[in-house]
Amino acid sequence: MTIFWNKKAETMPRDELEKLQGEKLRKLARYVYDNVEFYHKKFDELGIKPDDIKTVDDIKKLPLTYKTDLRDHYPFNLNAVPLDQIVRVHASSGTTGKPTVVSYTQKDIEDWTEIMCRTVMAPGITHKDVIQNAYGYGLFTGGLGFHYGAEKVGATVIPISGGNTERQLMIMQDFGSTVLTCTPSYALYIAEYAKKQGIDVSKLALKKAICGAEPWSDSLRKTIEKTLQIDAYDIYGLSEIYGPGVSVECEEKNGMHIWEDYFIVEILDKETYEPLTEGEEGVLAFTTLEKTGMPLLRYITYDVSKFTKEKCACGRTCGRMSKVTGRADDMLIVRGINVFPSQIEHALMQIPGVAGYYQIIIDRDIIDSLEVQVELTPDTFSDKMKVLEKFKQDIELKLYNILQVRANVDLIGPGTLPRTEGKAKHVIDKRSKNI
Amino acid sequence: MLKQISIFLPNQPGVLAKFTKILMDKQINMRAITVAETADYGILRIVVDKTDKAVEILKKENYLLSLTDVIAVNIPDKPGALHEIAEFLGNNNVNIEYIYSSTFLKGEAIVVLRVDDNEKAMKTFKDKGVKLVESKDLY
Repeated sequence: MTIFWNKKAETMPRDELEKLQGEKLRKLARYVYDNVEFYHKKFDELGIKPDDIKTVDDIKKLPLTYKTDLRDHYPFNLNAVPLDQIVRVHASSGTTGKPTVVSYTQKDIEDWTEIMCRTVMAPGITHKDVIQNAYGYGLFTGGLGFHYGAEKVGATVIPISGGNTERQLMIMQDFGSTVLTCTPSYALYIAEYAKKQGIDVSKLALKKAICGAEPWSDSLRKTIEKTLQIDAYDIYGLSEIYGPGVSVECEEKNGMHIWEDYFIVEILDKETYEPLTEGEEGVLAFTTLEKTGMPLLRYITYDVSKFTKEKCACGRTCGRMSKVTGRADDMLIVRGINVFPSQIEHALMQIPGVAGYYQIIIDRDIIDSLEVQVELTPDTFSDKMKVLEKFKQDIELKLYNILQVRANVDLIGPGTLPRTEGKAKHVIDKRSKNI
Repeated sequence: MLKQISIFLPNQPGVLAKFTKILMDKQINMRAITVAETADYGILRIVVDKTDKAVEILKKENYLLSLTDVIAVNIPDKPGALHEIAEFLGNNNVNIEYIYSSTFLKGEAIVVLRVDDNEKAMKTFKDKGVKLVESKDLY
């Protein structure tokens, strides 16, 4: 028996759903035209008026929104309302030193909670569950986003946030957590750690994990399920579109349900951003149908996936996206945190003495490691170890402040990195073989 | 005062052998050597007989290096000898950054000192009658 948070919305016949989307889109077009200067100008440039938008198919007429548009309007200039109506701000990585900022009105927080409630219940989680929420709390949307939905569903929420694995396991055992929410690699790390500590996972109350914030394969799912003796479900979201809860797998584990009464999802060609037909692989783009703080039209996520409207065996009518299989830009996800190589470059260039030669190496031994190799110069080299170690630590601190993820800086001799005439290869991601 | 050559070396097998071969081929003799290491790299510090020649060759081989003034003193090869030196400097508020020792000759040892204030350290040693090693002594 499938359980629902909002059965009416989740099982609405598709023709009704698409009609509703059309109505919401029409209102949205008017709303952004009247309240967001950026979109007003875009409409004018394209020669369209809000009244041209009548049905869901008219979405093709609307302008695309890129991540750079968010950067260019940092921090609040894409907002549709003055700051006194904004009740919360979250942020994720930007492509330079500045983060990507998202503003929420009270209505946005309530809507996010609504879709998060559906997201919590879709994998069969109820008010009887004890949820150990190991997503990070803070500017990152993972922790708080999940928290609000889980709490509203009536579950017992443990806001433990990420890290400190020994404590995670102690609490898991003592509090009887039935659900773990974290990145898939952290779930695996917890499982390995438990094994090392001699903890018998079959004695844990844990039944399910909802894992997201980084792409993962079905084979990793099987490993997590086997080592922790649980069911693991994939969740998807991005802060620009609320955060977690944009879509989630139901108990069928066959694609993530997108709450389509809140979003219009499109799959676009990776190069041209032209809409593709159902089932084709491309870049996901979302239009937020209910957001009032920072509504977005056709926001390009650069996440590569597929989309199907086929009805699911669980009874939900809203379409499903497949697991994200890659990125159409150079964004990296390290321990669930988005990292752009340009951010690293930006941080390095602010440190006196750092030459232009560096290389980023990402690997995964259960959890991700981020190593940044930086070439020393005659100016930065010293016979004193403490001077070199201070230099290394200063770079690591700078990187942490900008990336919000720890990087190990490896000082190397000048001329060590390959010199190329063309574009230097700054990123080596060794993980693809392991994911 | 003596010139110490400090060289940046990655902490990997074969790196030192390649380095020492260069010195061997050019007939440069090391008088003192020490390495400070981390997991990723090391700082090799040497005092050699022909400093200028060594620097020229190593630069040509693209080694990252620097020259540092260090003080070398002759001390008797007996218990308490180093203590005396350390105490002189400590009492005069000179900080020793690092220290290593070298060839033992005729019952004497050479100790190389990297301090934060060379002038003060040398004056201290002079006042106390401690014998300093000059670069001509290295040949």
